[in-house]
Amino acid sequence: MSADPAGLAGYLEHPPRMGFFTDTSICIGCKACEVACKEWNAVPEDGLSLTGMSYDNTVGLGASTWRHVAFIEQPVSAVGDGAEGVRWLMSSDVCKHCTEAACLDVCPTGALFRTEFGTVVVQDDVCNGCGYCVPACPFGVIARREEDGQAHKCTLCYDRLGAGMEPACAKACPTDSIQFGPLDELRERARGRVEDLRAAGQDQAQLYLNDPDDGIGGGGAFFLLLDQPEVYGLPPDPVVTTRDLPEMWRHVAIAAAGLAATAVALGLGRRK
Amino acid sequence: MRAVKRSGRRYALAGLAVRTGPDATTAESRGVPVPVRRGNGAHRRRRGEQPMVPEAEFSSYYGRPVIKEPVWRTPDVPGYFFLGGLAGASSVLAAGAQLSGYRKLARVGKVGALGAISLSTVALIHDLGRPGRFANMLRVFKPSSPMSVGSWLLAAYGPVAGAAAVSEVTGILPGAGLAATLGAGLLGPGVATYTAALICDTAVPAWHEGHREMPYVFAGSAASAAGGLGLLAVHPAEAEPARDLAVLGATVELIAKRQLLARLGDLAEPYETGTTGAILRVAEFLTAGALAGAVLGGRSRAVSALSGASLIAASAMTRFGIFEAGMASARDPKYTIVAQRRRRDGRGMN
Repeated sequence: MSADPAGLAGYLEHPPRMGFFTDTSICIGCKACEVACKEWNAVPEDGLSLTGMSYDNTVGLGASTWRHVAFIEQPVSAVGDGAEGVRWLMSSDVCKHCTEAACLDVCPTGALFRTEFGTVVVQDDVCNGCGYCVPACPFGVIARREEDGQAHKCTLCYDRLGAGMEPACAKACPTDSIQFGPLDELRERARGRVEDLRAAGQDQAQLYLNDPDDGIGGGGAFFLLLDQPEVYGLPPDPVVTTRDLPEMWRHVAIAAAGLAATAVALGLGRRK
Repeated sequence: MRAVKRSGRRYALAGLAVRTGPDATTAESRGVPVPVRRGNGAHRRRRGEQPMVPEAEFSSYYGRPVIKEPVWRTPDVPGYFFLGGLAGASSVLAAGAQLSGYRKLARVGKVGALGAISLSTVALIHDLGRPGRFANMLRVFKPSSPMSVGSWLLAAYGPVAGAAAVSEVTGILPGAGLAATLGAGLLGPGVATYTAALICDTAVPAWHEGHREMPYVFAGSAASAAGGLGLLAVHPAEAEPARDLAVLGATVELIAKRQLLARLGDLAEPYETGTTGAILRVAEFLTAGALAGAVLGGRSRAVSALSGASLIAASAMTRFGIFEAGMASARDPKYTIVAQRRRRDGRGMN
């Protein structure tokens, strides 16, 4: 079944991998998830302004925004009478808690770590604000907070999980668009849901980051979308950057060896 | 209309009869991928209105970037790349010059390396969000993090390069000084080149996709800067190894940079346009000019020094240009989305 990141991280015994299945087809854009997340995690306010981006004044995930509801208005025509309509897409975005997490890979201090639930969390007392995780994330999730100079992101409510509770956003979601549970169960449920939607004529319905063979080894948080990922601001084919790191190190080693050989050549070459 | 034709998809609108058959030929029935590009006005599009821009080949969320722009600041981080390269390659020069008996040049290399690595370390710490926690860099060793590897490299290289310079200037412990000079010459290449892996090991398209060529660009740029320092500081008659290093480095840099841009294809745009493009073109011009100067006018003190100064300036400009090109590619969602769509479509999915 799904990969076992917690086991790979060294947990001998651990609970099943927990995650989110966000079914955007039943999101009503209420933003209860955004509010619940801010409240529970005591995430500071990070801007109150009107953007003109439909009902989205949150704009995107960041150091102080761990749930973000996207609003997309698409003009479509009804059939027959030529009347116009709008299709309104709403989707609550969150950290993907990747199986192969670039932020965790590149963190030089070990501040980012894999929990026993298979999620990825930043330790506030270790992070030194180097910022490497920020451009490493293929989804633009993690960011550095101006006020404290440290990186922050969704913890999948690590504290609540430890107490046997579901994350605040899933708890607050009134339509169960945000579903929390063991990842294997969520994937099974999502497969059934996307089949139902397609059978009902939603031929754009697709699962995103549910595949353990994708570029991040599958997400601990995955989504059911009604359009292409980039329409929601998500990358269409994310690949964890560290998959190419062995090749990078090989080229660095060749380049460095060339420089070192140059030192030897300079030393043995011309004589003064 | 291109976007509509490319996608060729139809929206199934819940609760309404949906036209899905082959007779669904009007643009409206196929839907328009919105929001498109910069977003403003996209939702105001009415039926029959032509999409204005051919860039509508891709959709994005109100033109917002997909990835986060690095929080690394200018001049701290590109300055660090330049100075780290200058330091590492200066140690290479110092070791070579020491072994071949070019005493003045060896001294310039050692002192230059210490000065550059000291400045670059200050820049690096200054760029941290929590500078007081710099020591956390040595809390773990992670080969999966170029910054971790680099921190350990710096921690080893800095003191060794420092010992080489102090022994050189003060004359104390010459044996240890020689060992430190050779040690710094061994570690220096790592310091000069690991930064290429550091920027390429990100989701920044213009950096990541150049990961096969970037280490050679950085190595060449570092070598040309260090050779340039030697040419600037020492009379040409006593700086022959510096000229060799500069010529080799500048040649490697010029070739590798061309190969980098060829590899990047469409993603080379941020390297070639705007202020960044101008900076990189000037850097290339300076490097080529200095290369010619070092080869042809090498006997003249003035030409030699001018070539050296040009190489140092060009190396700094190259690092700043590469840094800014990456930042630009992170800011614009098209670099992330178009390249990934092409990759995905190339695999025959969707």
